[in-house]
Amino acid sequence: MSEASDTVLTTQDGRPLKASLRKALRREKMRAFLLIAPLLVFVIVTFVAPIVDMLLRSVENGIVEETLPETVQALASWDPSSGQIPDEAIFAALAADLKVAVAEKTHTRLGSRLNYEETGMSSLFRKTGRRVQRMEEGPYKEQFLKVDEDWGDLAVWQTLKRFSPPYTAGYYLAAVDAQQTPDGIKMKPEDERVYLLLFGRTLFLSIMITVSCLLLGYPIAFLLAALPLRTSNLLMILVLLPFWTSLLVRTSAWKVLLQQQGVINDFLVWVGVVGDANRLVMINNQTGTIIAMTHILLPFMILPLYSVMKTISPSYVRAAKSLGATDWTAFWRVYFPQSVPGIGAGAVLVFILAIGYYITPELVGGTSGIFISNRIAYHISSSLNWGLGAALGTMLLAAVLILFIVYDKIVGIDNVKLG
Amino acid sequence: MSDLPAYASTGQRLWYYGFRIICGLIFFYLIFPILVILPLSFNAEDFFTFTKAMLAFEPAGYSLKHYEDFFTNPDWQQALTNSFLIAPVATILATGFGTLAAIGLSQSHVPFRSAIMAILISPMIVPLIISAAGMYFFYSRIGLQGTYWGVVLAHAALGTPFVIITVTATLVGFDRSLVRAAASMGANPVTTFFKVQMPLIIPGVVSGALFAFITSFDEVVVVLFLGSAGQKTLPWQMFTGLREQISPTILAVASLMVAISIVLLTVLELLRRRSERMRGLTPG
Amino acid sequence: MKLKTAILAGSALALFSTAAMAADMTLVSWGGAYQASQKAAYTDPYVKMNPDINVIWDESSAEAVAKLRAMNEAGNVTWDLVDVVASDAIRLCDEGLAMPIDPDTDLAAAPDGTSASEDFGDLLVSECFIPQIVYSTTFGYRTDVDEWGGKTPDDICDVFDLEAFPGKRSLEKRPINNMEWALLCDGVAKDEVYDVLETEEGQARAFAKLDTIKDQVVWWSAGAETPQLLADKEVVIGSTYNGRLFSLIEEQKQPVAMLWDAQVFDLDGWIIPTGLSDERLAAVKEFVKFATDTQRLADQAKYISYGPARKSSAPLVGKHADLGIDMAPHMPTDPANAKNTFLYNYEWWADYRDDIDAKFQAWLAK
Repeated sequence: MSEASDTVLTTQDGRPLKASLRKALRREKMRAFLLIAPLLVFVIVTFVAPIVDMLLRSVENGIVEETLPETVQALASWDPSSGQIPDEAIFAALAADLKVAVAEKTHTRLGSRLNYEETGMSSLFRKTGRRVQRMEEGPYKEQFLKVDEDWGDLAVWQTLKRFSPPYTAGYYLAAVDAQQTPDGIKMKPEDERVYLLLFGRTLFLSIMITVSCLLLGYPIAFLLAALPLRTSNLLMILVLLPFWTSLLVRTSAWKVLLQQQGVINDFLVWVGVVGDANRLVMINNQTGTIIAMTHILLPFMILPLYSVMKTISPSYVRAAKSLGATDWTAFWRVYFPQSVPGIGAGAVLVFILAIGYYITPELVGGTSGIFISNRIAYHISSSLNWGLGAALGTMLLAAVLILFIVYDKIVGIDNVKLG
Repeated sequence: MSDLPAYASTGQRLWYYGFRIICGLIFFYLIFPILVILPLSFNAEDFFTFTKAMLAFEPAGYSLKHYEDFFTNPDWQQALTNSFLIAPVATILATGFGTLAAIGLSQSHVPFRSAIMAILISPMIVPLIISAAGMYFFYSRIGLQGTYWGVVLAHAALGTPFVIITVTATLVGFDRSLVRAAASMGANPVTTFFKVQMPLIIPGVVSGALFAFITSFDEVVVVLFLGSAGQKTLPWQMFTGLREQISPTILAVASLMVAISIVLLTVLELLRRRSERMRGLTPG
Repeated sequence: MKLKTAILAGSALALFSTAAMAADMTLVSWGGAYQASQKAAYTDPYVKMNPDINVIWDESSAEAVAKLRAMNEAGNVTWDLVDVVASDAIRLCDEGLAMPIDPDTDLAAAPDGTSASEDFGDLLVSECFIPQIVYSTTFGYRTDVDEWGGKTPDDICDVFDLEAFPGKRSLEKRPINNMEWALLCDGVAKDEVYDVLETEEGQARAFAKLDTIKDQVVWWSAGAETPQLLADKEVVIGSTYNGRLFSLIEEQKQPVAMLWDAQVFDLDGWIIPTGLSDERLAAVKEFVKFATDTQRLADQAKYISYGPARKSSAPLVGKHADLGIDMAPHMPTDPANAKNTFLYNYEWWADYRDDIDAKFQAWLAK
């Protein structure tokens, strides 16, 4: 062994073994990478890039600078806390910018965007836009004030200045019901607050759904794990069939069942439990959402629980009983702790899925059972406040990512099994 | 553990049967909604609930008219065609890319394995509404919004995590010595792959493909945002119909889709049994 | 391998075949009975005359503004003609997403020679808007509600009266119309409604009035929801477009009646999106000229009870195509129905829509 230091191990072709091994390792890594690369590029382009785009849109605010470039520049010299509205030079810049904007029909878009921050801006820009082409050269300030006295409102100019920068945190503030005022960040007035309530409601409903899935799923998983394999495979079909049935089919089934004139109410009236006039209202509210979503997410709770419970050896419980434990003690102190990882995995999975749901709350939730995702969809397709929709989406994504990291710590990505 | 021993006390007997009754009720809760729409789809009237004639099992209360409506109505047929134009192509893309990636990921030395795995699994984790919103913004920018390929690419992206998971699962149990044995008998890596690895991972590939297919076929949120009239799929048509609740044709469509699910479930179950047999594991 | 190739080849073939179909024209409308009436009166006869044109219907009029903006951003406008309400048309026109048209060259003259601009008259509320129909949003109620003790609602404020007329209502999930009705029933004079609604106190007042019935309200976003809710007896009084109620009452023979008091008139019509290629534009303009001429607008009234927008069409309105009943008494403009009406205030809502919509959504979510 004393010669080890002066003889370097070589391979057949005379190269040092270490170098050869390194080269082989590199080749293996390259091969692995080449196999993965196509999908990686594909996912990055079709999936990751859109998410990044959404993040960008949640802070993008180039519209003010693009539509009113001279005004924004001129406003740099105006002090918003001075208590005075801007002077003639800024109004002149505004007139020049607006003339261009009206010709290109971009002024109303700006008005809509600023309207999200300060009510009245869209009407202001629309009205002014119609009159600005007819304005004469000369003192613009008076002409503007004559068109609409809101141009003399300090709040209008403060908003304009505050949203001049190309990037803004305004959408995120709105997503938590706050707003930027001259005196710093404050909460919005009571009658305009909706998002914190909605986040809270989404979390609350998701927790309710997770708990009911747990309460209903645990006995099933327990039974399936305890029965002999043949019987449990057969019964598993009853769990897998809903899992494989289309989401819309299940939701439409619930819509049919839960209506006031639906199957469940008809049955209850026929049996005599409720009167015809007092049919239960189970749809278009939170009850409907909870019932339908528990049904839809139950298989996601049962499957992880089952796979964990299958690994629990029955001999522990038998040993506990042989030492004098009652049935309940044997279960609670021996079996249950061993099933906790399954509970954790199932609960986190169900919770992550629940907070992001859109279809079911939209169809059976009415207005009191809707989730934050319905609101995001509303902003994208109806109110056109894409920035706010993107901000809400980003916050939801952040919540889900945190939960997923938790899930990873408990279960590990590699251990995700499906059926 | 699940049998009732002869020496069980009354309390234990009560609990034994009680527990099974509770489980029975929960199973009922799981299955009943899906089963109840099957008879309702044969309703002769345009109602969404059982009429007196149906409950009395009178033949007059039942009819195939909703199924007829589905097969003759051009809107529904176009939706069905669109679904079958989009889902298979998305499945092929997802399966192809996903299988390659899964094989790559199960090699012995992969740089940044966890990070890559996280990125590739992310479409399954990120809430669908966020994916749909992001894709709407981004695809609008690059001009894919409202096009066939936009929807197909989006669905393929959503389906790949399933393929990766199932194929990786089959590769996990793969015995490396089989590869070495093949090499020792003179096979080059490509022949080894096709003759030794492929047959063993085929069940994983097929079940991944089935997951990807059902993900695309059943998908509605992304297609709502990314699609235009020319890509109206079956779930989208159902969603619109459910909102407006015009006719029980939806229930006929739903019943057909349940039938498709049953077929898929059976195929999966057969595959699972085959793979267990091949690996020498059989149910006890 | 063979199967895979076959599938690939098959889908490629299918792709190409759909792409190669001649002259597709995508029309966007609202679905349901209204779209069916447009199909019967406009596109079916047009396709008969021009068999190489394939009309595709998209029911996305409710999200038309958002989708058009997205299409415009992408530079890929896939719609040829979009049916929108007048207020959306004004908004689209303002944002440059709709094309201005010249009525006298782009639209057909009346049979007696009157120019289109005179025939449509004041209903040309925007330079991009091609009016088709006058419709109204109004209420329908079930006639078999025992709890009402034989009384029937005949006044708009009966909707807010939960004591005399208990039961669930359905209202549209937006502030337009609901705010006006609320203020009207809170004691504001009809011609002061919009002045009051401009102020914060006025808006709060309207919300307070709506609060009195809020937990009895099912909110709809599609016109077909209220008729279904009424048919299922999920609600006992519901607002929707008058034509949908006509279908429900006359065609489906449901026990529902119309409450015409304080109906709000509105206009619905076509806009042509900007960004169309020359040949698509030419094809669309040809269709529009046909679809909005005097006879066609009168024909539409055969299928649904909406008033044609042209003066020359009114005397041509006859009987329902299937039911054979006279359509005139079911028109919102019929004197018996139009004793107390609102006209949608386009200017005002164009200005205040964003503001009040945000507040309404916040109020709804509570």
